[in-house]
Amino acid sequence: MNTQLLIQLLVNGLVVGTLYGVVAMSFVLIYKATQVVNFAQGELLLVGAWVCWALMIKYQVPFYLAMPITMVFMFAFGILVQLVFMRPMIGEPIISVIMVTVALSTVLQAAMKWIFGVNPQPFPQVFASQSVSVLGLQIQTVYVMSLIVSVAMIAGMAWFFQSSKHGLAMRATAFNQQVAQSLGISVKSVFAMSWAISATVSAVAGVVVAAVNGVSSGLSIYGIKVFPATILGGLDSIGGAVLGGIIIGLLENFAQFIDGEYLHWGNLYEVAPFYVLIIILMIKPYGLFGTKDIERI
Amino acid sequence: MASSLIPAGDFRTSYAVDTTIFPTVTSRNFAIAGVVLCALAPFALNDYWMSMLIAIGIYGIAALGLNVLLGFTGQISIGHAAFFLFGAFTSAYLSTKMAIPAFFAIPLSGVATALIGLVFGLPAARLKGLYLAIATLAAQYILLDFFARAEWFSGGSVPATAEPFSIFGYTLSGDHQYFYVVLVYVVVSFLLVTNLMRTRDGRALIAVRDHYLSAEIMGINLTYYRTLSFGIAAFFAGIGGALYAHYQLVVSYEGFGIERSVLFLAMVIIGGLGSVMGTLMGTAFVVLLPEAMEWLSAALRGGVIDQTLGLKNNITFVREIAIGAIIIAFLVFEPDGLAHRWHQIKAYWKFYPFSH
Repeated sequence: MNTQLLIQLLVNGLVVGTLYGVVAMSFVLIYKATQVVNFAQGELLLVGAWVCWALMIKYQVPFYLAMPITMVFMFAFGILVQLVFMRPMIGEPIISVIMVTVALSTVLQAAMKWIFGVNPQPFPQVFASQSVSVLGLQIQTVYVMSLIVSVAMIAGMAWFFQSSKHGLAMRATAFNQQVAQSLGISVKSVFAMSWAISATVSAVAGVVVAAVNGVSSGLSIYGIKVFPATILGGLDSIGGAVLGGIIIGLLENFAQFIDGEYLHWGNLYEVAPFYVLIIILMIKPYGLFGTKDIERI
Repeated sequence: MASSLIPAGDFRTSYAVDTTIFPTVTSRNFAIAGVVLCALAPFALNDYWMSMLIAIGIYGIAALGLNVLLGFTGQISIGHAAFFLFGAFTSAYLSTKMAIPAFFAIPLSGVATALIGLVFGLPAARLKGLYLAIATLAAQYILLDFFARAEWFSGGSVPATAEPFSIFGYTLSGDHQYFYVVLVYVVVSFLLVTNLMRTRDGRALIAVRDHYLSAEIMGINLTYYRTLSFGIAAFFAGIGGALYAHYQLVVSYEGFGIERSVLFLAMVIIGGLGSVMGTLMGTAFVVLLPEAMEWLSAALRGGVIDQTLGLKNNITFVREIAIGAIIIAFLVFEPDGLAHRWHQIKAYWKFYPFSH
């Protein structure tokens, strides 16, 4: 057994898993606040990464400026999406709302291909040194950066929901819209805010992934991996989403290890999370931390 | 949904009248005339138009299954393309490896697809809400991965071949002859679904969609009907796929990703959720839209618009954007789809000049 490879893969899994956790967190944010299952989450990553790439390559903006501009852009983009596409759907059946997000993901995906082409583009070098040595393991600097950014975002989100006024307003809205409204919370602005924050956080995750792997339409797979993560963690639990993401990331890489060393099926890495999804739905459909009021019928 | 569009003054005094397939003699005659016209179409149309009609028929059957699930039962499947493809591969496998004639392989692969659909649908169909959407999303990825891997079944990276359709020792060749096979399947499928909606089971499905709690109180077994509806959807996807396999004679898993599943959703939404005839309209719309865009871009070729947008190289992306935008537009502005528009046009002429 190749211990070195296993540990290397598990470190990868932890890094990628934390990113899954961040994206899953922003997915759950929208779900909790607006009851919308967002199938276009991955495209938010994609848009954010392409915008940052375009700023840095096309307009030669340095990274420390490009990043905030991207975040501001995505904040506005999130509000725009909510205003234009989601607000008319308030009160419509849930399946119609889901299908709007599915269609939105098609539109954004194709639009990005149209504007930026189909070829993956390398991301400009953000850090000088290539790798650092931690406990005898060679770890790329971008991975360390990615982990730090992810943990910072998760911590920031936790602070936002625990202590800030807007975060509390969001939690109140998620708990009960009518009560929240009667307490003077503008439900409309909470909806817009949840999309804006979700888009911003996703975009940061997108830039981080892009810094590691380059920018391509393959980034949107992160939006699909959100589903195993959130189902595992519980669809309406933010902490569960983060943990679910980490577990899925580790599991993917473990599956790759098993596959590479013993099974040689190839490609197990990509589908393993979906098998987990089906199994979770069978045995524990509300996930590890989800509310158990899902009616079993 | 269509029943809610009955105009004022149109009274129905018995259940038999209320559940009749064709509300008037004229509409029945029109339906029969439509089928006869289609049957005569091969004598008048060239190969290009025949292939369009066949595509509308094949995808229409699969979309009809999705409409039973989405429009009548209110559940989403985002893996319809994978089930369609499963039907195609099953029929190809049965006809080449097991030497079962295509005549029997097509219905058999429908049944097989329904069974495989239940494997994914069962854990989700007993939960309410969007869990089926997520489970079918997983099915989409798992099945496509399976097709890419299982060389004994789907040929892996080499496309699988299917035997041509033959009946009583006569092998059909060409679009013009195969069209009749598709036509028969379309007519039978649409009659089956229309009749399903007149039975207790069909009404139970609609009750599950409209108010699942009331439906359960009235003694409708929700798990059973959600699972049944998903099984029906997968069955028709399998039939459509099998027809596709014996039409193309070669089946490859490429091009059947999640975008194709979105196309099936588009057909149902554009046609009209819960409208049997609307499904066919929506399918025709989605099949002909890329062609129309092709003509449009050919007409614009070399012009200013073509130069600035780079239409020639990017036509696929423009097409995808158009599909997505049209789905959103229909959901926002016309949630009942083309079928609703058609009913309004009919109502307008029926009451002309005193429309209300």
